[in-house]
Amino acid sequence: MNLNYLDFEQPIAELEAKIEELQLVGSDNDLNITEEISKLREKSTKLTEGIYSDLSPWQIVQVARHPQRPYTSDYIKRMFTDWDELHGDRHFGDDNAIIGGVARLDGKPVMVIGQEKGRSVNEKVSRNFGMPKPEGYRKALRLMEMAERFKMPVLTLIDTPGAYPGIDSEERGISEAIAQNLAVMSRLRTPIICTVIGEGSSGGALAIGVGDQLNMLQYSTYFVISPEGCANIIWKTVEKAPLAAEAMGVTSSVLQELGIVDETIPEPLGGAHRDLDLVAERLKASLVRQVDELSSQSLDDLLEARYKRLMSYGN
Amino acid sequence: MSWLDKIVPNVVRSEGKKRTSSKVPEGLWKKCAKCAAVLYRPELERNLDVCPKCDHHMRIGARKRLGVFLDEEDREELAADVLPTDRLKFKDVKKYKDRLTSAQKATGEKDALVAMRGTLKGMPVVAVAFEFAFHGGSMGYAVGERFTRAAQVALEENIPLVCFSATGGARMQEALISLMQMAKTSAVIERLKLQGTPYISVMTDPVYGGVSASLALLGDINTAEPGARAGFAGPAIIEQTIRQKLPKGFQRSEFLLEHGAIDLIIHRKDMREKLAGLLAKFTNQSAA
Repeated sequence: MNLNYLDFEQPIAELEAKIEELQLVGSDNDLNITEEISKLREKSTKLTEGIYSDLSPWQIVQVARHPQRPYTSDYIKRMFTDWDELHGDRHFGDDNAIIGGVARLDGKPVMVIGQEKGRSVNEKVSRNFGMPKPEGYRKALRLMEMAERFKMPVLTLIDTPGAYPGIDSEERGISEAIAQNLAVMSRLRTPIICTVIGEGSSGGALAIGVGDQLNMLQYSTYFVISPEGCANIIWKTVEKAPLAAEAMGVTSSVLQELGIVDETIPEPLGGAHRDLDLVAERLKASLVRQVDELSSQSLDDLLEARYKRLMSYGN
Repeated sequence: MSWLDKIVPNVVRSEGKKRTSSKVPEGLWKKCAKCAAVLYRPELERNLDVCPKCDHHMRIGARKRLGVFLDEEDREELAADVLPTDRLKFKDVKKYKDRLTSAQKATGEKDALVAMRGTLKGMPVVAVAFEFAFHGGSMGYAVGERFTRAAQVALEENIPLVCFSATGGARMQEALISLMQMAKTSAVIERLKLQGTPYISVMTDPVYGGVSASLALLGDINTAEPGARAGFAGPAIIEQTIRQKLPKGFQRSEFLLEHGAIDLIIHRKDMREKLAGLLAKFTNQSAA
């Protein structure tokens, strides 16, 4: 598999290339070569462990944006059964940057909503690179209110470079669309579990991110402004994005310390794209447990706890 | 770069500039930024800082705003004990802590929001105003918390809440804590809504980003002063993204009215009258 190595993974890429070369040469079952390959494999794993044990925030941003990073649709396929995608905001249109629908998690009906960046060039364009417009957030709102009526937990998967900054977005009230979601999610009478799976950028992420539980995958990121945007404002150059990422504390470890993130889901060595099935299995296990825990509370208690949690931010 | 710029260190230079703009009195005359008319300051102030020639609504500070809005008697500041925090120990070219200190010195405010309980034509109200001169009116913990506490007072006493916003959005230096203030303020506004306690949002130039995408557009009534710019993404970002020039009047309050985002535009001189009239109807009181 071509893993599309990131800059800081180049030493791993070189080792892996060597292994591949040896494998080609050693197709005649030469024992020495097999031994050599297993040694190199071990070295590669150690090297990856070394690099990944000490990733800088900026490197984590890059892993979170990796071109092979699993997207919402990848998780939907692996974590749920009986998936029915539902479309449209009933006012203007359907926004492909947000996917929503009903499915079963471990047999139980749930509402699933998430941003989707798109894999191929055509898909990226049709999904607007995961940047939702007002109709996307209004579709999400419609589905969340439906989940409330039919007593389904809402599970959101966050992965967006931000709400779409465009003329049409502003004309149709992107601010109001986001704000409305924040307000309604604060009191929706059903459990809401939010998980950042890739990039959680600003209000466009938060608009499906208010709930009872906030999870982050280990190498996902969550920020109020992209490191590039922050660098541009402060240092007047995007080159300083690594410094901005460091200063803003964009990773799950910092955000868990601040009491904003509740649980970090560990990723396979080298990031989620190295073993999609494994990370989906881990996330699913967490979601099943969290749905059970939250569903065991009375709705009044759940909402009171959610409100208290919202009021506590920054204290 | 002139030779002087080269020898004076950066920090000193920018500090110096700030001092001239905030501390040194500009004299009796002020030039209107829109029509360039030179205006007599006392007259301008009598006109609530609205240019008498072209009607341009100039920015005014939070205290002045609440001062001209609320009745003169029985004002009480709320949540003044809430102070900014620096949980991330944020540092770029300068420490955030130092930026806060200089903003505090320059404005005389502890952070970018002032909240008060008072009366409007005899009706009890809670009113809050953003101080744009403080760090661009940006919302971090202190702004979110002060807004929320003020809204809690409105909620508990069932009296209307009015917010005058003027802000660049969420405050970068408090990162995700700032983002979460959007959720927090929206949650308390939703409680007002469920209880039927009126909330009026008045957008004054400018209102962007995280504040626009939370408390500023959640009013029972959303309104704006004439010509105020308000939107989610700033014009520069949009131009960069779509690579085309923006239409004239884009994101001005007239644009917002046309596109259905706000209920009405209110001239500063009519603000008290209009809001009192609206609130009296919402709370079923006779006109003041």
